[in-house]
Amino acid sequence: MSPIQIIFPILFIILGPFVGGLMDGIDRKLSARLQGRIGPSILQPFYDVRKLMNKQVIGVNRAQYALLLSYLLLMIVTGLLFFSGSDILMSVFVLSTASIFLYFAVVETGSPYNTIASNRELVQIMAYEPAVILMCVGFYLVAGSFNVHDIMQSETIMITRMPGFFIAFLFALAVKLRKSPFDVSTGHHAHQELVQGIKTEMGARNLAIFQIAEWYESALLMGMVALFIVDRRPLSFFFGALLVLAVYLFMILLDNTAARIKYTKMLKIVWIATILFSGLNLLVLMLMR
Amino acid sequence: MGVTVFLILFPLLVAPVMYLVKNNLLRGRIAYVAAGIEMAAVFVLIGQWARNGFKPMEFFVRTRGADHFILDAEILLMIFVTFMCFKYRKYWISLLSIVPTLLIMWFEFFGPESVEYAHIRVDYLSVLMCLIIGIVGGFIIVYAVGYMHGYHHHHVNIEDRRPYFFMILFLFIGAMFGFVLSASLLWIDFFWEITSVCSFLLISYTKEEIAIHNAFRALWLNLLGGVALAVGIVGFGLTYGSTSLYDLIEQGVAGNPAAVIPVALIAFAALTKAAQFPFSSWLLGAMVAPTPSSALLHSATMVKAGIYILFRLAPAMEGNLTGNMIAFIGGFTFFVASILAISQHDGKGVLALSTISNLGLMTACAGVGRQETIWAGIFLMMFHSVSKSLLFQDVGATENTIGSRDIENMHGLLYRLPMLASFMIIGIAGMFLAPFGMLIAKWSALKASIDENNMLLILFIAFGSATTGFYWSKWLGKLIARSHETGLRAHDKTKRNEQISLCVHAVLMVGLCVLLPFISIRFVDPLVAEMFGSYEQVLSQGLLITMVAIIALIFLIPIGAYLISNRQATNVKLSYMSGANVGNNSEFVDSFGGNKKLWLSNYYFADIIHFDETMRYCTVGSAAVIVVMLLLVIGGVLR
Repeated sequence: MSPIQIIFPILFIILGPFVGGLMDGIDRKLSARLQGRIGPSILQPFYDVRKLMNKQVIGVNRAQYALLLSYLLLMIVTGLLFFSGSDILMSVFVLSTASIFLYFAVVETGSPYNTIASNRELVQIMAYEPAVILMCVGFYLVAGSFNVHDIMQSETIMITRMPGFFIAFLFALAVKLRKSPFDVSTGHHAHQELVQGIKTEMGARNLAIFQIAEWYESALLMGMVALFIVDRRPLSFFFGALLVLAVYLFMILLDNTAARIKYTKMLKIVWIATILFSGLNLLVLMLMR
Repeated sequence: MGVTVFLILFPLLVAPVMYLVKNNLLRGRIAYVAAGIEMAAVFVLIGQWARNGFKPMEFFVRTRGADHFILDAEILLMIFVTFMCFKYRKYWISLLSIVPTLLIMWFEFFGPESVEYAHIRVDYLSVLMCLIIGIVGGFIIVYAVGYMHGYHHHHVNIEDRRPYFFMILFLFIGAMFGFVLSASLLWIDFFWEITSVCSFLLISYTKEEIAIHNAFRALWLNLLGGVALAVGIVGFGLTYGSTSLYDLIEQGVAGNPAAVIPVALIAFAALTKAAQFPFSSWLLGAMVAPTPSSALLHSATMVKAGIYILFRLAPAMEGNLTGNMIAFIGGFTFFVASILAISQHDGKGVLALSTISNLGLMTACAGVGRQETIWAGIFLMMFHSVSKSLLFQDVGATENTIGSRDIENMHGLLYRLPMLASFMIIGIAGMFLAPFGMLIAKWSALKASIDENNMLLILFIAFGSATTGFYWSKWLGKLIARSHETGLRAHDKTKRNEQISLCVHAVLMVGLCVLLPFISIRFVDPLVAEMFGSYEQVLSQGLLITMVAIIALIFLIPIGAYLISNRQATNVKLSYMSGANVGNNSEFVDSFGGNKKLWLSNYYFADIIHFDETMRYCTVGSAAVIVVMLLLVIGGVLR
């Protein structure tokens, strides 16, 4: 075990929410500017969560808090798996289990708006999962291993060999981060017809827990994006960070320029993109072997 | 060697007793004892096998008497099937029984004498099958005693034929033991036909029109497989001069042309039994039977017979055309059946389609035929048997209690029937939540299909796992959701014997999850090693440790979170209804100003999936693929 496999997970636990929160803040600021508003401070998400944390637990019932807590903890476990350099496919599977706990926390309330949102959240999971699994397949084909550590040790820069997987992963990312046009289960702004989708019944401390889990998730997903570039060379970390930044800015731009589509259309678009880009890339890689 | 004979003959002898005892109470008692003895016999067999150093045990080299007996019984079976077909005017189906039986008869009288070999063989795979049949099958019988009582209480219009029902159950169990312990292809063929006929009799139990119709569909599809099996056996017997399954596998692995077509035909036969596309419809039709027979068909017997044969043949299918065909059909079935399952809201319908889907993944594992995939397939089979048996019994018990097995009616079941709902959650979670059975198997299957360059299978697994997650999660969500029907705590009518069976299954399920690494090292690894002659560990030590850690965490995290939340004071508020609240969460103010009850529903995509149409297209398409591939296999040999 190399020291990096110990340092990274520790960094993830400590810095994960800060990175995720900061990204959230940038998102809000940039979105505001794109819409001609001044927008809140970049640190506003942290202020929000601090305030929410100090409130009581308010909910439709008691179970939601436990389920959200499970979601948060499983998300952290997933991140630890990934950043400690272990099996990427396994961490993707655990990630989907974590997402199921979020679904439980939403559907369990039995509130009408939440029930619709929870169904849509499930459709979102179904939409992005193939692309994410196929991304792992791509890494295995190029690096010969599912291990994140081995993938980083590989000679090749991953994105040069798996551009199709990367494009399909961007679609998955937009769904996973619930960015427009694929934000059918939630919306970040107050005018959404489903109130706030899955967040409808999350208040006070529950919302804070959810928010922190989302930050961890963003950090984890950006780690996956970086894996397309990062290898042994220290300089590659810099380029990896650049790629992450570019991808995230693209997501914000997408969010602000695209209109939400129906969930069935989302499913179709994302799956077709997955088959097209990942499938083609898969075919090429297999023929090259 | 006595134990193996006992395992096969004992249920066959108990069967007529079941029929003759007309007193329900007494028959129930006898059934308990018989199931218990059968389970004990399985453990005795394992004990003997362990004393033998876990090496394969072989018996019965000279079997002239038994062979004669089996041939006679097979002819009787043929006469019975022909009689049934004429009785219900399905004349042509009888041909599917007459032709193979006559073929086998001709072969036995005029064909070459087979080389000598042991007719019964006990090894890792057959021991595993015996465990599944003995324990899962045994407890299904225990459950059936209670269930059938309630069933006839509710369904007064159906003739009470319980003696007959239990007779068939025991016949079925006996035939399954015979099937997995036999090394002789002729014996396997015989037991194969018995299971086909037994399933026919179970499905037609209610004698309703739909039941008869579905039973005949099951019969002819399975007999069709029987024809392929008989042709394959006779073909191999004529060209190679042996009727031993293990000779066939050996020659298949060695690439002997004499074995290529028989392997393909027998694998084809296994597809019918494992309800793969295009043969899936019979298993869906089998739902009309009382729940214990569904549980038996789906978990311990019947479909597992198909999978068992495919696993046996797997080494002979690695990397060849037959293997490709099986892997394609399996992957295709995995994906399509899981999509079809999304559109179902009948609980048993979802279970049936998910069985077909999971069997598809096992079939694909066998078709790829690598060590990793067999390893994964074996785990899938274990998890699937226990979980499906548990779920079927649970849905049956739920139906007896709330009068419906529609998933939409299971809203908030956790608060209405806590025990049954908890068992259901255990069963479902064991099927698909990380890192239990399904996922670790998927991990391994995916890795192997990449190594094998099987692109279609990769796509099928990637998309199929997304759709599988969808239909299971939405069912789980229904169970735990609150509101519109909570508060109506139903009176749990589950009987003691049903509860015992459910409890045992739930404990087995959790045990399988927790002990997975241990089972892998002590049982499945040697099984794969025995099958392939050599073996390298599928799961690396590192991954195994990670897995144990994750398994522990997945259990601990929700429990811990629950304990923390218990200490936390929660300010409970009404749910959001755009201000149309009336003071409780199950009603709202409608446009006339009155109170209206909420009804929350899941997504089923019925208008996108079009069940019947999809089913038809996929059946035709997959049938075409099978025909073309079989022709290619046969053409390749004859060229």
